[in-house]
Amino acid sequence: MKIWDPLHECMPREDLEQLQLEKLQATVNRVYKNVTYYRKTFTELNIIPEDIQSLSDLTRLPFTTKNELRLNYPYGMFAVPLREVVRIHSSSGTTSKPIVMGYTKNDIRTWSNLVARFMSAAGVTRDDLVQIAFLYGLYTGAFGLHYGTEAIGASVIPMSTGNTEKQVMILQDYRATVLVCTPSYAVALADYMERHGIDARSLTLRVGLFGGEPWSEELRAEIEDRLAITAMDNYGVSEVLGPGIAGECQCKNGMHIFEDAFLPEIIDPKTGAVLPPGSVGELVLTTLAKEAFPLIRYRTGDLTSLDYGPCPCGRTLVRMKKTMGRSDDMLIIKGVNVLPSQIEEAIFSVSRERPPHQLVVSRRGALDTLEILIEATEKFFALDFQEQLALLNLMKKRIRSVVGIDASLRLVEPKSLPRSEGTVVSVKDTR
Amino acid sequence: MLTIKNINTYYGQVHALKNVSLHLQEGEIVTLIGANGAGKTTLLNTISGIVPPKSGQILFSGTPIHELPPHGIVERGISQVPEGRQVFKPLSVEDNLELGAYLRYRKRDGKTEAKKTMAVVFDLFPILMDRRKQPAGTLSGGEQQMLAIGRALMAKPKIMLLDEPSMGLAPLVVQEIFRVIENLAGEQKTTVLLVEQNARVALKTAARGYVLETGKVILEGEAADLMENRDVQRAYLGRDKKEIWER
Repeated sequence: MKIWDPLHECMPREDLEQLQLEKLQATVNRVYKNVTYYRKTFTELNIIPEDIQSLSDLTRLPFTTKNELRLNYPYGMFAVPLREVVRIHSSSGTTSKPIVMGYTKNDIRTWSNLVARFMSAAGVTRDDLVQIAFLYGLYTGAFGLHYGTEAIGASVIPMSTGNTEKQVMILQDYRATVLVCTPSYAVALADYMERHGIDARSLTLRVGLFGGEPWSEELRAEIEDRLAITAMDNYGVSEVLGPGIAGECQCKNGMHIFEDAFLPEIIDPKTGAVLPPGSVGELVLTTLAKEAFPLIRYRTGDLTSLDYGPCPCGRTLVRMKKTMGRSDDMLIIKGVNVLPSQIEEAIFSVSRERPPHQLVVSRRGALDTLEILIEATEKFFALDFQEQLALLNLMKKRIRSVVGIDASLRLVEPKSLPRSEGTVVSVKDTR
Repeated sequence: MLTIKNINTYYGQVHALKNVSLHLQEGEIVTLIGANGAGKTTLLNTISGIVPPKSGQILFSGTPIHELPPHGIVERGISQVPEGRQVFKPLSVEDNLELGAYLRYRKRDGKTEAKKTMAVVFDLFPILMDRRKQPAGTLSGGEQQMLAIGRALMAKPKIMLLDEPSMGLAPLVVQEIFRVIENLAGEQKTTVLLVEQNARVALKTAARGYVLETGKVILEGEAADLMENRDVQRAYLGRDKKEIWER
């Protein structure tokens, strides 16, 4: 497999660390100068940029969390004037307010090349036809892969999500060779083809680049077998960049973090202490190459571990394990980040009360489903059947617009939900 | 090849370089850009030992050189071409060049070796050959710049520090000088650290660059990326002015 940027992907560790130090110092100088939030926080902690003399001095800097990004909504964390931003993306926030990310012309170029790295590592070349079945829109996924494909010089089929029948038709007739989607959608495609008697081996498809939600090795084996392809994983966080933070090489033994662009740390999510290499903890990333939206020690909330051991592929970049879950209570359903608090707010905004409820996340086939059980309150009993139905429908619509995914709602008897120490168990994840 | 970590340089009370880190790889052309007073020349003077750093490290092929005197640093293979050429005006071109090989003359066979190097310099700048007996002060600005570069080459440096080689020169002469600089890195494998006001030419010639602002590095990256950076464009390429002009 071609290494897209051998200079940076195979750099000796010593040279890489010097480059990281230079870029870290330049980034800290820039955020201190241009981002009010960072200047204020550094000043409160009595830190000046000159205190960063080595990579380990990074620990002196404060963490950035989603909360800070939310408080500085929409453009407060930008390090360049808005007129230099050529693209805006956004991600779901912890409340109804999303987080807004900006990209300069150079950021888009950096992004394209980082995505091209993991696409090349997966074996994509300029001869490929890449069908992108991520949602085009404010989310970063589709555009990231789109740019990476263009950087490599392969052809983009910007199919976006949904319409399984058409997706399969394009796979067959346009002879796509690379599929980009969520792993659960890959299974849905396999199911569809099976139902309609289409043999996956008759397709020209050979590589799948899956992301957007956590998936297991078992699921990889299933997809590889049923679609007759090589299935590759990559890692991205929309606030930090989107896809293009890390990606698997042909060894399929962890995802190489592009360390010349991101400085990774693993911390104990409770204490914030940095953990030694190999330990499982929360991944924290500092951007080294971003102009518009640089982040210092951003807590991704993803649990993983890092392996600095050599990799047979020749890359010297550290490898991160598949993420093992979220360090907070965030759920990832159908590749979308869902917070129980968002759902509660949606229910409250419709019914003006907070009935006890439980989120039941399960997997039907390979697709995630979300069911919300709501205990009927007196207010509900006062309504007739039609009105109850209308109210539930309204809630459903509201949840869809806030969270971005469909949920089924069901009313249950008062006091029927399982309780622990008097409070309702708010999430039941059976996946 | 050259690794600089966290250097701080002062002129008396003035903190001219704040925690600067930088590296050069063999055969690479790297440029330093920044406004007047940003610390570009200071950085070159710090590397060559003229203004030693107060703290920090400069490693040349792994060995620290930041405590060596300037001549010790030249001996290791780092030569500086100072701003404003600084040729010895009353001396002939040849004498100027010989002075560049001052340290080599004290060695056995030094003189014959230096003669060979001078032939290489004349090869690069044939005009200097024609003018070798003339006092350096009678040369044109471009020729003096060539002489200054030639003088630095006489020490057979591994790294050349070039300070504003295009200053005050006509565009055609600038082109010629930069052709030689590219050739130095390409064929002679000399590593070049280039300070330039003319950021456009510098970024075209260099592979990478650092942007200095009030003594700090605020950007590091591939030259092509820096060319696209709006801060760089506005401050050093005069892009906005041109836009207004064209309107």
